[in-house]
Amino acid sequence: MAAKTAVDVPFMEVNGELCKGCQLCVGVCPKTVIAVSEKLNSASYHPAYYTGADCTGCGLCFYACPEPAAIRVVKP
Amino acid sequence: MKVFEKSPSFYEVFERKSGPAKEATHYCPGCGHGNIHKMIAEAMDDLEITERSVFVSPVGCSVFGYYYFDCGNFQAAHGRAPAVATAVKRSNPDAIVISYQGDGDLAAIGTAETIHAANRGENITVFFVNNAIYGMTGGQMAPTTMIGQRSTTTPLGRAEQIHGNPIRMAEMLATLPAPTYIERVAVGTSKQIMKTRKAIRKALKIQKEGKGYSFVEIVSTCPTGWKMDPVAARDWLVDDMLKVFPLGVFKDESDNVDEGTWDRSFEGFVPDKVNTYLDRMKSPFDVTEELDLVKDLNCKFAGFGGQGILTLGLFLSQIGMRAGHQVSWFPAYGPEMRGGTANCSVNISRDRIGSPLVDRPNMLVVMNQPSLDAFEKDVVDGGTIIVDSTIVEGKADAKRLNVVALPASDMADEVGTTKVANVVILGAVVAATDAYEPEFVESTLRAVIKKQSLIDMNMEAFRKGYDFVKNGN
Ligand SMILES: Cc1ncc(C[n+]2csc(CCOP(=O)(O)OP(=O)(O)O)c2C)c(N)n1
Ligand code: SF4
Ligand code: SF4
Ligand code: SF4
Repeated sequence: MAAKTAVDVPFMEVNGELCKGCQLCVGVCPKTVIAVSEKLNSASYHPAYYTGADCTGCGLCFYACPEPAAIRVVKP
Repeated sequence: MKVFEKSPSFYEVFERKSGPAKEATHYCPGCGHGNIHKMIAEAMDDLEITERSVFVSPVGCSVFGYYYFDCGNFQAAHGRAPAVATAVKRSNPDAIVISYQGDGDLAAIGTAETIHAANRGENITVFFVNNAIYGMTGGQMAPTTMIGQRSTTTPLGRAEQIHGNPIRMAEMLATLPAPTYIERVAVGTSKQIMKTRKAIRKALKIQKEGKGYSFVEIVSTCPTGWKMDPVAARDWLVDDMLKVFPLGVFKDESDNVDEGTWDRSFEGFVPDKVNTYLDRMKSPFDVTEELDLVKDLNCKFAGFGGQGILTLGLFLSQIGMRAGHQVSWFPAYGPEMRGGTANCSVNISRDRIGSPLVDRPNMLVVMNQPSLDAFEKDVVDGGTIIVDSTIVEGKADAKRLNVVALPASDMADEVGTTKVANVVILGAVVAATDAYEPEFVESTLRAVIKKQSLIDMNMEAFRKGYDFVKNGN
């Protein structure tokens, strides 16, 4: 994933293997910076991913996601 | 820095889960249970209660709470989570006890437990996941199913005239005086989800402070049962369900009750005390000394209802009690009063008995053919099987087992009534096991048989069975 790892800007990251492709995170992001991959993961879901910029670290995607470990958001 | 990530109150890896994906849940994509689990786990972290929390899982899709939460776990019978939670809380007052339930579990089969736990003001927290359907069993109507909603059991849609209206549990429970906090929230929009997060924390905090019963109804989704994609399901929740299930606080006394008001404990589950209680339930006979017992008896007695199978078990148990041995008697019978199948398990032991069930008997009595067919294979190698050969035509395996073919019913008829066939068999059981002296059994029977007029007949029946095994006649 194209996740930013620098700690001075907020970012989100998706563990593509744990994502079930439900797209709930996509719809709640106020910045519309989450997209869905064309590729399938090994459980046959199209995982979500961070498009790479403008995340504010609000955490809404984290709470919208039903999976405990699919999304991680860092807000420095 | 703020990091939103997997809560440490979840297991790092969901080892107990079957299948390969041990870090993902077993829930369908977009299922609301996952969101709710996350917020409960986070609240446990922040309130620092994980170590003392006990999560009671229901029957339903969330039956596997113990896959996920790294705290104490119970899995209750369908609908019984609040009863189990009550027991856990009262016997462990320091525990934070969570009863997590779906709408089928809480509002259908468990309605009574739900209402009475609330009415007692148990200091527990109930998270009620209302997804308007039975998810686990494949989408049947729940008490909360919406009017017009299709399910496998309402294929034309739920209709008031046929199925009644959706039940509003939060409103109903709020009429009771005892509950401290009752709110309905939802996992629809982000704003609603954040309110759910707050309500979950508040409910657990109330319990932590001993302020009593807290109930959070969470309107949730079941995309699979509803046959919708996850996004459409959230929209339906927001646009349709909330019209019937309005969000809001229905009761909140948390500022008016003092901390510890609803703390209460019950010491009944201290093992020493339980043993004391049990010992008080000692034998009704004056047991002066324990008799020798060559071998523990694990018996199964089986036949038709009305043949005296259960009484046979009771007699043997009473003999064991009088001899100072540990005994258990466990009946199992069908709903029919007569003619149905019946069996009982009897253990007689020199040591404390762990389970009253007898899966592998060393003594089997069968008084009908179905019982022979059902239980012969369970008998341990070299065990004894007594067959009432008047009734049972089949033959037991004499190579593997010690088989006694006893025409018990005929012998009882000779005594005067078929009714004493069970006592003929008792004679054979005592003789075949050498467990007790016949005189000791006879004096016990005299003590326990209430009708004096029947005693002689029973004595004769017992001797006949005993002699048949000892002398072959
Ligand atoms: C005593 C008993 N009766 C019936 C069932 C079958 N059963 C399993 S789950 C369930 C309903 C679950 O629905 P709900 O409580 O709404 O939970 P969900 O699966 O939707 O989360 C039923 C009826 C059972 N397991 N035990
Ligand atoms: S944290 Fe907020 S801004 Fe960032 S991706 Fe998630 S929802 Fe979008
Ligand atoms: S909400 Fe979670 S599971 Fe659903 S698509 Fe987004 S990351 Fe994947
Ligand atoms: S059947 Fe419904 S409630 Fe059960 S896991 Fe799937 S979506 Fe969730």
